[in-house]
Amino acid sequence: MTHLDGPGSGATDPIDPARTPVLSLRGALKTFGPVVALADGTVELRAGEIHALVGENGAGKSTLVKILAGVHQPDAGEFVVAGEPVSFRTVADSKAAGISVIYQEPTLFPDLSVAENIFIGRQPTGRFGLISRVEMRRRAEELFDQLGVPIDPDRVAEGLSIADQQIIEIAKAISLDARILVMDEPTAALSGIEVERLFAVARRLRDAGSGILFISHRFDEVFGLCDRITVMRDGAYIATHETAATSVEAIVREMVGRDIDALFPKTETEAGDVVLRVSGLTRPGVFHDIDFEVRAGEIVALSGLVGAGRTEVARAVFGIDRYESGTVEMSGEALRRKDPRAAIDAGIGFVPEDRRKQGLVMELSVERNAALTLRHSLARFGLISRKAEREAAETWGRRLQVKSGSPEHAVSTLSGGNQQKVVLAKWLATDPKLLIIDEPTRGIDVGTKSEVHRLISELAGRGIAILMISSELPEVLGMADRVLVMREGRITGRLDRSEATSETIMHAATASLESSR
Amino acid sequence: MSLDSRSAAPVQPAAHPKPSPLGSFLKLRELPVILALVVLVAVTAAVNPLFLSQQGIKDLLLNATILMILAVGQTLVIITRNIDLSVGSILGLVAFGTGSVFVAAPELPIILVFLIGIAFGAVLGAVNGLLITIAKVPALVITLGTLYIFRGINNAWAGGTQYFAGERPDAFGNLSVDTVLGFPVITLIAVVVVAVVAVYMLGTRPGRDLYAIGSEPEAAKLFGIPVARRVLLAFVVNGALAGLAGILYASRFNSVGATTGTGLELDVVAAAVVGGVAIFGGSGTVVGAAIGALLLTTITSALTALRVDKFWQQAIVGILILAAVVIDRLAGARAARKLRIAEARNV
Amino acid sequence: MSDPTGARTILPAGDGPSRTPAKGARMAAPGSTRPGTERRPGPGRRSPGSTTTQAAPTGRTGAARLLLGRDAVMIYLLLVVVFYACIVVPRFASPVTVGFLLLDVIPTLLIALPMTLVIISGEIDLSVASIAGLTSALMGVLWQAGTPIALVLVICVLAGLVAGAFNGVLIAYLGLPSLAVTIGTLALFRGLALVVIGDNAVANFPPGLTAFFTSKLGGTGIPTVMVGVVVLIVAFAVVLHFTPFGRGLFALGYSKEAATFVGIDVAQSKFLLYLATGTVSALAGIYWTLRYSSARSDNASGLELAVIAAVLLGGVSIFGGKGSIPGVLAGVLLIGTINYALKLDRVSEVVLIIVTGSLLILSVVAPTIPTALRRARHARRVRSAPLS
Repeated sequence: MTHLDGPGSGATDPIDPARTPVLSLRGALKTFGPVVALADGTVELRAGEIHALVGENGAGKSTLVKILAGVHQPDAGEFVVAGEPVSFRTVADSKAAGISVIYQEPTLFPDLSVAENIFIGRQPTGRFGLISRVEMRRRAEELFDQLGVPIDPDRVAEGLSIADQQIIEIAKAISLDARILVMDEPTAALSGIEVERLFAVARRLRDAGSGILFISHRFDEVFGLCDRITVMRDGAYIATHETAATSVEAIVREMVGRDIDALFPKTETEAGDVVLRVSGLTRPGVFHDIDFEVRAGEIVALSGLVGAGRTEVARAVFGIDRYESGTVEMSGEALRRKDPRAAIDAGIGFVPEDRRKQGLVMELSVERNAALTLRHSLARFGLISRKAEREAAETWGRRLQVKSGSPEHAVSTLSGGNQQKVVLAKWLATDPKLLIIDEPTRGIDVGTKSEVHRLISELAGRGIAILMISSELPEVLGMADRVLVMREGRITGRLDRSEATSETIMHAATASLESSR
Repeated sequence: MSLDSRSAAPVQPAAHPKPSPLGSFLKLRELPVILALVVLVAVTAAVNPLFLSQQGIKDLLLNATILMILAVGQTLVIITRNIDLSVGSILGLVAFGTGSVFVAAPELPIILVFLIGIAFGAVLGAVNGLLITIAKVPALVITLGTLYIFRGINNAWAGGTQYFAGERPDAFGNLSVDTVLGFPVITLIAVVVVAVVAVYMLGTRPGRDLYAIGSEPEAAKLFGIPVARRVLLAFVVNGALAGLAGILYASRFNSVGATTGTGLELDVVAAAVVGGVAIFGGSGTVVGAAIGALLLTTITSALTALRVDKFWQQAIVGILILAAVVIDRLAGARAARKLRIAEARNV
Repeated sequence: MSDPTGARTILPAGDGPSRTPAKGARMAAPGSTRPGTERRPGPGRRSPGSTTTQAAPTGRTGAARLLLGRDAVMIYLLLVVVFYACIVVPRFASPVTVGFLLLDVIPTLLIALPMTLVIISGEIDLSVASIAGLTSALMGVLWQAGTPIALVLVICVLAGLVAGAFNGVLIAYLGLPSLAVTIGTLALFRGLALVVIGDNAVANFPPGLTAFFTSKLGGTGIPTVMVGVVVLIVAFAVVLHFTPFGRGLFALGYSKEAATFVGIDVAQSKFLLYLATGTVSALAGIYWTLRYSSARSDNASGLELAVIAAVLLGGVSIFGGKGSIPGVLAGVLLIGTINYALKLDRVSEVVLIIVTGSLLILSVVAPTIPTALRRARHARRVRSAPLS
């Protein structure tokens, strides 16, 4: 029980027998149909520690969190809380066991008041067993005073900033007297001062004896805040380390688990004419004065932390969202604002970050999805023939080696990697001049990742201009000819391939990293 | 490059003035419907003083009673992001059932008849609720189906039979005639229903759960709110209230038969929407819905009193519903703008 | 530091659900065990997997899908009911039946066409019957005022178009919820019908015209107007199933976001659909008026729910994205046939209403039963699995 026998032979794991774990999950397995989301979910959390859980996207962290929260039930594995074996059937079970989970995207009720959001389901009652709003408000104010934040308990949650919503989630957890607090990337959308405030709260809770599981992509935070670090990769436990006894490099190596250079088959290409020119693009509060250009055959990476405004810029370029000022030019021609059709006609393809919601219509068949972008050009006298549709879909499906039972099956039956290929196929079929690819390998298994990378490289080699948004540094370093780094809605770094290193990028992306070094 | 603009933002002091009564009144979702009702009544009364005579008021209230009760029940369901189109059929079934009970057992205490009717309605509501929560299928489809089924059962049961007021005890019919302090008894029953349900929705945990479910169903699930049980509850209560409305219908109107209550469902939904209940759940109050019902029925009388061509009435009702939807959207747009500003300040 | 073995690579290896040993071996090559072995596309590569047959996880393909799909089941059901009625119900199998059955279902059939598209796009229109009533009222008043009948018809169709545009602007461009908006316009348009015609009824339409609307094609018993109806059916079927616009409707019914990302103009598409419902509802109103030789404000009232019930029964998903014109036709005709057969058989209308409602509920509940059973089995299996 006190020893974690992970495969990490070099893991320093000195166990203090006095500090028994408040939570221990071992070998949890979770499958969704054919997809194994978590093969070996293992983590051990002690009272009075902040424990980091790190891993690449798709490493299974979120699934593990949902098991702890009682949202998912593991198919196998051992789960012990406070010395008692548990098997949560519902979220309420998890909560009753003293576990509070704070998700990256807070789950508040927009129509209810802030105070009510904190106390829903256990509102303080007064006379006749009715809810006492005065008491509820008083307790909420107490909590906010304790946290040192100015939020009006009586306002509705709708319209609150993500940071404030996050704080409300924490207030909720505190009010629940949670002994175990799980924070799933709580800082992704927070600013510097808000992060500090959050950390102060977390340390206070730790010192009061709570166990905190902290999931983050930001190494400065992990190393600055956490006592121990557990690494996951590809749905499995890798190792647990004392923070003091390890380094960023060692952790990254375990997370990635491979030699990065070998994975990025970058082919050198000559950059051609300017395809996309963006100048002075501004949407107040979201992004400001964005200037850049992408040339034919060039891969330009847009890097930065989640929430820095990268996706927002891409969406504005493609015409999904409005922008207030600035211009977007394709091959010298200005594009109309907020008109994706015009962007497509001008030769832009967009592979969005959220494949399931934006990239594909999950319930439609593979061929329908692949042909959606072509629906106008496929039509003869205004009519689409299924044959033409299928041929168009199969041409690119074959070239990209999409593996599906049948082109008539819904794309939801495909694996993540194959889904991504369908998205790529549907854009390649339009013969684009520029491809915007937002998080090209999110949620894609390691094997297919390199295939996607090779594909992107090949496309650039054929003269397609590529604007790639990626949160994975190895991907950016391995693929990009040039790197633009964004922070808080502005471009804060422009690096050539030769200048780009994880240090220079992180430096431009975060001010706080520098101070922690 | 190292300057973090956000960290420079000063922290605001944590002082929140208690909301003033006037301020919270102005923010009420029900404000537009209240204003509309007040203006309507005031203008009508100014033009035609008879409108607010004792008999005039009594008629207004009597006309509104049944729709009010139905709107209250429907609000519970709509708040959970569902809808119940079968209420007109439930009302019809219970109304006819009440008529037949009195014919079969004229000596039965009236209170017992009430209990039977309410229980009957609750059972019908439970049929809806169970189908929806167990099979996890959309309420619109299920209740459209039960609208037909319940109506069909009513037809089968009633055939060509109609029961008239004469076949019911006088004491029962008098509920719609007698007044207490100027209020008809059945209206008082409706007011009590509104008050009880309003308190339940405002002051109890299950009541608040209903709002949470409609506001963000996913979050409600993540939060561990027993969604299915609460939704079922909403449908059962709605059924019970439709049953109550059916009994009162039998008291108020002369005849009950196979077609009693046909077409009421959309009026009920309209009353809730006019009363500020958001059609996609999460906000609105039963008091608002009740006032919405009062407004819809009052318009009819007011237009008559104002000697407006009676044929305009329904068109005006339509415009009223659309106005309510637009006002709701404008309020939403205001909130969204606030959100953008808040975010802009945060960056 | 760690030892990432191939066995740990468990995420789906891009091969879909079935994992044969051969594929596993294939995936090992680019996996993490041998860094540096870059996979190169070459002539020796395997044939594309897209054509290999694998166990179908969901859905059927090709002919099987056509013969076993939801639409086909509806059509079989319709055929069974027709066949049964022919044998059991006296006088059912005759041209007279065909004639009256079709005359009765035409209004539902007409409005069901655009309604199908609207519901597939994820919206709803409750105001259709009121638009029909409004056009009927307009027709009566204009005709009585001495307007030439051709002009009357044109004005009525235009009125439907305008009514549809009104709905469309509110829903598509202002983004208001269609359920609430069309409850409002349901009252508004019906109210305007009352304003236009009051409680009068106009009946003296040109006898030639009304006769035409109840006339039959030779001895077949098929109403002449069916020719026009069939043209509309074909037009809507083609638009939905064979045009870029139709492709877009399915996409946006499932996911507005994904539709936007492939350049579908969501607002414009919806606006056009409401124009279509308005116009076709006007045609249904005109038909109703001439078929019964009576223009009244309450013509076609309550028809909206009957239409929606038929459309949903025909397999259109209330959440959008799913449905077809053949399925809806079968749904409309099924209700119409049962209705007529029962009437002929002197079974009261009661049964019909109950049958309609039950079919509707069954049509949505039945597909969930296998899933529910599977889930229950899965839950049992998981619970019995060692978890402690």
